[in-house]
Order: sequence, then C-alpha cells, then structure tokens
Amino acid sequence: MFTLVEMTDTVRIPPHLFHIKLNDAVIEELNNKFANKVVYNVGLCIALFDITKLEDSFIFPGDGASHTRVHFRYVVFRPFMDEILQGRIRSCSREGVHVSLGFFDDILIPPDALQQPSKFDESEQVWVWEYETEEGTHDLFMDKEEEIRFRVVDEVFVDTTPTGPKVSEAAEADKEAKKSPYSLVGTISEPGLGLLSWWNSIG
Amino acid sequence: MEVVNDQAAMLSNYEVFSLLKEIESKGKKKKSRAQQNLATITYETLKYLSNTPCTLQNLEMVAEFMEALGPYNLTKAEKLQLLNHRPSSAVEIQLIIEESEERLTEEQIDELLQLVADKLPDPNAPEGGGEGEEFGEGGTERMEEEEE
Repeated sequence: MFTLVEMTDTVRIPPHLFHIKLNDAVIEELNNKFANKVVYNVGLCIALFDITKLEDSFIFPGDGASHTRVHFRYVVFRPFMDEILQGRIRSCSREGVHVSLGFFDDILIPPDALQQPSKFDESEQVWVWEYETEEGTHDLFMDKEEEIRFRVVDEVFVDTTPTGPKVSEAAEADKEAKKSPYSLVGTISEPGLGLLSWWNSIG
Repeated sequence: MEVVNDQAAMLSNYEVFSLLKEIESKGKKKKSRAQQNLATITYETLKYLSNTPCTLQNLEMVAEFMEALGPYNLTKAEKLQLLNHRPSSAVEIQLIIEESEERLTEEQIDELLQLVADKLPDPNAPEGGGEGEEFGEGGTERMEEEEE
C-alpha cells in the first residue's frame, strides 16, 4: 500500500526561520510542501520518512532566504496492481460504487467489475448483488459505510498543473478542474471480494 | 523537484503506523497553519490504520513472520499483503497469493493460515488461534462448494 520514494528538491528557508536548526526547518518545509498532495506518476504523499543528504545552502542576490538542495525519502501511498485493499463504501451511483479509505477517496468500482449479476436499485440508490442459491435469489445490498474488500485494477494520474487561459470555451476548464489527480479503479468480481459481511458469515 | 527512485522500498502498514505515531507525538508541541495538511493526512491515515491488524504488531513479530514464510516461495508483494491483511480463511489466501491452488497444496494453505494465526495477533478476538483455525476449515469447505 505504501512505498518509499527517493526525491530531491531545493528547499527555500525564509530568514525568519534561521533560528531553528537547519534540519528541522527543512523537515517542516518538506512536510508543508508535500504532505497530503499528489505527485504526478508517483502517488499521494503522506509524510517525510528521512533526509538522506543535505547539500550546501546558498543565498541568492535579491532574496534573503537560503536555498538548500535536499535528498530525502517520502512515504507515498500507491497501491500496486492487483493489491487487495479494504475500505468503506462512500456512495453508489450509476457509474459504480465509490469507495473511500479515509485518507484517500477517489476509488471507483465500475458496474462491470461488480459480482455478477448486479443491478442498480434506483429507489435506494444502491447497487445490489443478486446472489443465486438453490433456495432462490438473495439480494445483497451494498450499503453506505459498509466495509468492502476490493482488488486494485488500474490507477489513473491526471496532470492538474494549471495551464494558460483557454481560447476555447470556459466549460472545458471547469470539467478538468473536477478530475482528481490520482484515482484508482477496483474490482470485486472474485470470490472473497466485496462486503466483508458476505464472506465472514460463511465461516 | 526530481524523483530519483519511485520504488525505493515497500513499507508495511506497521512501519507507516509507527512513523505516523511518532510524527503525531512530535507535532503536538508546535501547531501552525502551514502544518494543517500534514496534520490532516496523519490523522486520517492513523484512523484508517487503527482498524487494521498492524496496530498489534511489533518489530520482532514481523521479522519472525517473514522468516517463517521463507519456505513457501512467495513474492515480496504476497508476503507484504499477508502481513497487512492477516487472512483468516483460505478464500483470502487465494486472493492474496496468485495461483495458490497450483503453487501450494491444501496442507500448505492450512499451514500458512496456522502460521498467520500464531505469529500475528488477531485484533478481533482475544483468542486469535482458535478462531483462526475455524475460519480456515470453513473457508476450505466454502471453496469446495463454489467449485461444484
């Protein structure tokens, strides 16, 4: 689920922080810059793990702050393909089941990756797994706040760096703004996947 | 900003949990507006990890567990998932280990479940060992039903 990523960056320490030890100031700045942010093609940064190397600090003309090149390692959330994760159902819509991990929300299980056969119940806005046994069809509802186990099938990184003013419609820019920078696609179409209550009651 | 190596190491939930607890305890001394992001992500991730089996693990347990998994020829990712999820039924083992039916015999799967139940504490019940065994057998029976 979590990986360690080695990165380098130039950290700017403003003069009013010169009284703190360089190490601590750098740690604070790095956490401010990266924590809870998505780095393109890397993942969701959680927290700084450690600093491996601090190079010399420079002061440039016109700016009173010191600039230090830092090599560090960061804890990043990036599940690998086919990893099993456990989360909670946030909501259901026609697009599928939205799952959340608390610290990460953009997980979608599309309709064709649900246990088959499944149908969408419009009145209650939930997906239902129509589980067939000899006795008949059981309707297993996928309610909100239920714990669900799923397999990660795909990850999508979207570059959300701001671009210049668009000559074409402003509506396009609005659509892009809603896309999340990092989202996961999951599946529950295997035995053992889906709501925990479906499989725990057997044993 | 450059990324030197985006897969330097894989971390278990336990390692991330202990790191975040350390950060949280240090962070209580100084709070500034700028640290809000770190506080948010730390809080949410700790909340998530508190509901996983990793909270009861410690360094020796993890090392012992990894050594005990040696003879089964599992990939690093599979061992990590076993550690993070602490499977209690054969169905879960099938999910975590690819082609488990071909690579492991039923006895070995039962051994694995027993190993997991022994080495890693169960967050759900005080007697982790007994319940682990029950689930193991129940799970195998369920597998046979599905195949029919």
